[in-house]
Amino acid sequence: MKASAFAYARASSLDNALELLAAHGEKAKVLSGGQSLMPAMNLRLISPELIVDIGGLDELRGIAVGSGVLRIGALTRHVDLLKSPEIAAQAPLLAEAVAHVAHPAIRNRGTLGGSLAHADPASELSACMLALEATMVVHGGDGERRIAAADFFQGIFQTALSAEELLIAIELPTMRKNSAHFFYEFARRHGDYAIAGLAALAVIDAGGVMKNFRPVFFAVGDRPVLSRVVDRLLDVPVTPKLLSEVSAALGEELAPYDDQQATASMRRHLAKVLLARCVSTLLGRSDLGASGRAA
Amino acid sequence: MTAPVPVSLRVNGERVDARVLPRLNLADFLREHLHLTGTHVGCEHGVCGACTVRVNDEIVRACLMLAVQMDGRSVVTIEGLSDSGEVADLQAAFRDRNALQCGYCTPGMLIAAQDLLRQHPEPSRQRIREHLSGNYCRCTGYHAIVDAVEATARSRRGRAA
Repeated sequence: MKASAFAYARASSLDNALELLAAHGEKAKVLSGGQSLMPAMNLRLISPELIVDIGGLDELRGIAVGSGVLRIGALTRHVDLLKSPEIAAQAPLLAEAVAHVAHPAIRNRGTLGGSLAHADPASELSACMLALEATMVVHGGDGERRIAAADFFQGIFQTALSAEELLIAIELPTMRKNSAHFFYEFARRHGDYAIAGLAALAVIDAGGVMKNFRPVFFAVGDRPVLSRVVDRLLDVPVTPKLLSEVSAALGEELAPYDDQQATASMRRHLAKVLLARCVSTLLGRSDLGASGRAA
Repeated sequence: MTAPVPVSLRVNGERVDARVLPRLNLADFLREHLHLTGTHVGCEHGVCGACTVRVNDEIVRACLMLAVQMDGRSVVTIEGLSDSGEVADLQAAFRDRNALQCGYCTPGMLIAAQDLLRQHPEPSRQRIREHLSGNYCRCTGYHAIVDAVEATARSRRGRAA
């Protein structure tokens, strides 16, 4: 189908974009890369009265490394993340995840800020933000607001952003010592929406003991889910029995949904498979189920 | 404000000035305003890849861009790529290996494949499959398409040597 009629405004500056959003509120939609917005409009799932095109705001583009902080402009595209030496060095989890997002022609247009503001529960990038403890930098009429990733995602296509606000950048801590990451997703086809996925960051000491572990599951709930039951794996040697108990607890912790791709119980099963693969890969322990069997 | 908006862009090297409604997507602009019907429209929500074109030298989905966004940009369609001869060998390889039947996906397939070959002159079959994973073909089962892309890469390397 074709999008229904709308008015179009090309924002000339960040202030101009914020003025337009303040004037039109819920009736306006922000066009960044358009790779989620345009399908939704073409399918007539949404019919905004005004499109505010922020594509020309070059100040929202780019990746910069400061002291301990990696700042990524909201208009930075998936392809830019994929090719960035800074992302590869400072946030390799994100670099690995982006390769699973859609296809080259989509990644040439889609932006990090657009993806996060869209807040699809199956989004790889949202899950990475939570795993990496990102801070969302938001501008609105009242100036700047900084929101932790854990507070930003609030439900299916719902974030802490108001209709008058714009996500302008994301800040990530730079790579920590002894940190390791894991990323995997189950999808019917490379680039499709995940049926269940896991983006995880861990700090592991020289003795192979986890000191910090942030596994974030996606496509298994209404938002990315940071598991808390896995904290039992911290500061202790992980045995197959312990992992099996934590895996059972994970099944209780998650509240996945049924859809045309998979049932809730299949998603719960896949999440357990992902956890076993993740822990065994991070710790280099094939006895913990790298074969992919759910514990 | 739903009135037509002036845009100025280049299409296959030629300057185009037009007035377009904001809701008009790039694929429909190319087909209906410029009569460049080689850009096919399949799903209209970014899934099938039939509308793949180049914008500023990068492949994009023409159904997921608005014509008004093209102001100041340069678009190359399958007509431009065919006329310049850039994909002549790829087209011949598709023909030789029956890498098309109905042909609906073929323009998008050719543009996506050429994009891969420009970035990676020696792609593995896995890499070819990954790069074309966003382009649907309902006829061929893909094997012949992968064969044709692989054969083109091989013959281009041979010519370069």
